[in-house]
Amino acid sequence: MPDLAALRRRRQAIHGWLLLTPTLVMLTTFAFYPTVATVWTSLFSRGTRRRPTEFVGLENYQRLIDDPTFWLVAKNNLIYAGVTIPISIVLALAMALWANSKIPARSFVRTAYFTPTVLPMIAAGNLWLFFYTPGFGVLDQIGALFGAPSVNWLGQPETALWAVCAVTIWKEAGFFMIFYLAALQTIPPDLKEAAQIEGASRWAYTRRIVLPLLMPTTLFILVNAMINSVKLIDHLFILTKGGPSDASKLILYYIWENAFAFFDAPAAAAMTVLVLGVLGALAAFQFFVIDRRTHYR
Amino acid sequence: MNVLHRIEPFLALLLAVIWISPLLFAFWAAFHASTDAVNFNLAAPWTLENFRTAWDGAPWLRYFLNSFLLVTSVLIGQFLLTTLAGFGFAQVDFRGKDVLFVLVLLQLFILPEVLIVENYKVATRLGLLDTILGIGAPYMASAFGIFLMRQAFKSVPKELDEAARIEGCSLLGVLWRVYVPAARPTYLAYALVSISTHWNNFLWPLVVTNNESSRPLTVGLSIFGAPENGVDISVISAATVMVIAPLLVLFLVFQRQFVQAFLRAGIK
Repeated sequence: MPDLAALRRRRQAIHGWLLLTPTLVMLTTFAFYPTVATVWTSLFSRGTRRRPTEFVGLENYQRLIDDPTFWLVAKNNLIYAGVTIPISIVLALAMALWANSKIPARSFVRTAYFTPTVLPMIAAGNLWLFFYTPGFGVLDQIGALFGAPSVNWLGQPETALWAVCAVTIWKEAGFFMIFYLAALQTIPPDLKEAAQIEGASRWAYTRRIVLPLLMPTTLFILVNAMINSVKLIDHLFILTKGGPSDASKLILYYIWENAFAFFDAPAAAAMTVLVLGVLGALAAFQFFVIDRRTHYR
Repeated sequence: MNVLHRIEPFLALLLAVIWISPLLFAFWAAFHASTDAVNFNLAAPWTLENFRTAWDGAPWLRYFLNSFLLVTSVLIGQFLLTTLAGFGFAQVDFRGKDVLFVLVLLQLFILPEVLIVENYKVATRLGLLDTILGIGAPYMASAFGIFLMRQAFKSVPKELDEAARIEGCSLLGVLWRVYVPAARPTYLAYALVSISTHWNNFLWPLVVTNNESSRPLTVGLSIFGAPENGVDISVISAATVMVIAPLLVLFLVFQRQFVQAFLRAGIK
């Protein structure tokens, strides 16, 4: 007499694996295999017509460490993350608090904040070009009203990275606002009433009650913003191409350049491995620190 | 404190105006001759000349078609894969499921954008260079989508499932008749997020396409606007407006759904 429960379990297992097979095939082809292959490629020399590729161990990594551009690009990316993440999050919070309060023209305000989210970064680059162009750009014209000299925002190393950061903040803040808005709407109104009865000011209510309740959302946004500080580089192609003299170059752009402009796949692979390491640490942080506290099963 | 309270609405409004001003300036420039546009000559005549110049400057119709095909094929692939996988994770019990789920979630961090070097080799070997499928394939097994579908399927009442099984529905029959209809709002939300992501995607499409037969709009726009082409700011603005118009109109018409979609996608 076969065990019915065991039979059912076996059937479930077969169904489960069948349902997941298409996904696993695709993930293996375009995520897992390329990850392993990247590590592999990073250990071999760049093949030329005369010399085939050969195993070189960590030489490509050594090359990176000796490459001053790599350090500059890494530093740029740290600044990029350090500037865009906190500013986007604070702006997103302000936007959400405003869009959630009783202000005039609320729906217009909310739409205006959110609109950049649906625009491609390439288009955003074009839109901002009009602001940054020296001489007749909008920023220069506003500056001229106050007697400020013309500034070549994108053309000088001191300002190029900041100009790039501004576009990213503009693109991201409205997107993050949405998550705060969602969280704000789950805060029960009695809390506000109770605070008012206690005589707490609106500021105290926001700081003592709203902000702590938004903490899980902030962590979620933080992880997303960190990922974005690696990913959001499209506007570089329009605005600066990483220049002038690499002053606004970011890691992913440099990876692209190494692989498809300099045809140095091993260098690009070595850098990709480092980026994957950072993203992996971020994933571990998400799984082991954040998820442990905000359980959603 | 009271002063701040009073000026807050103005700050909110000011920020909103700043936020849409790049878009407004682009519209303004697109409909005016470039000299009028940069001088902010408010009395200047409106013109469609920039659009005519832009339209003649690149195979836009091809680009639009490519972007449309890309977004559609990605969406179909994603719906198919994430439905099956989400259902497997939500409603079928088997050993190794938790490990698999973590593997899938890893893809949230191993971004297709970061893997361009090796994915290019994979696409080459599979003969997917310069094809719409090549642009879309790496995004089809989306961890994000699987996660969304799993959550949606988990909230379907077990009684509906059992009733359908008693009626004699197969596993896929139950999925199709009970779970998919119940998750309709999630599909809509996911579709809007996916469409706007892939209509706007740039880096991977740039890498995997070498000619205009498969290039989507974003890549086309970046090539059209390149400084080597020497097009002026008004023509670039016209081209930009053209590229963003479909999604922008879609967004303004379905604004509530869009915001809801991003909300639903964001809340775990």
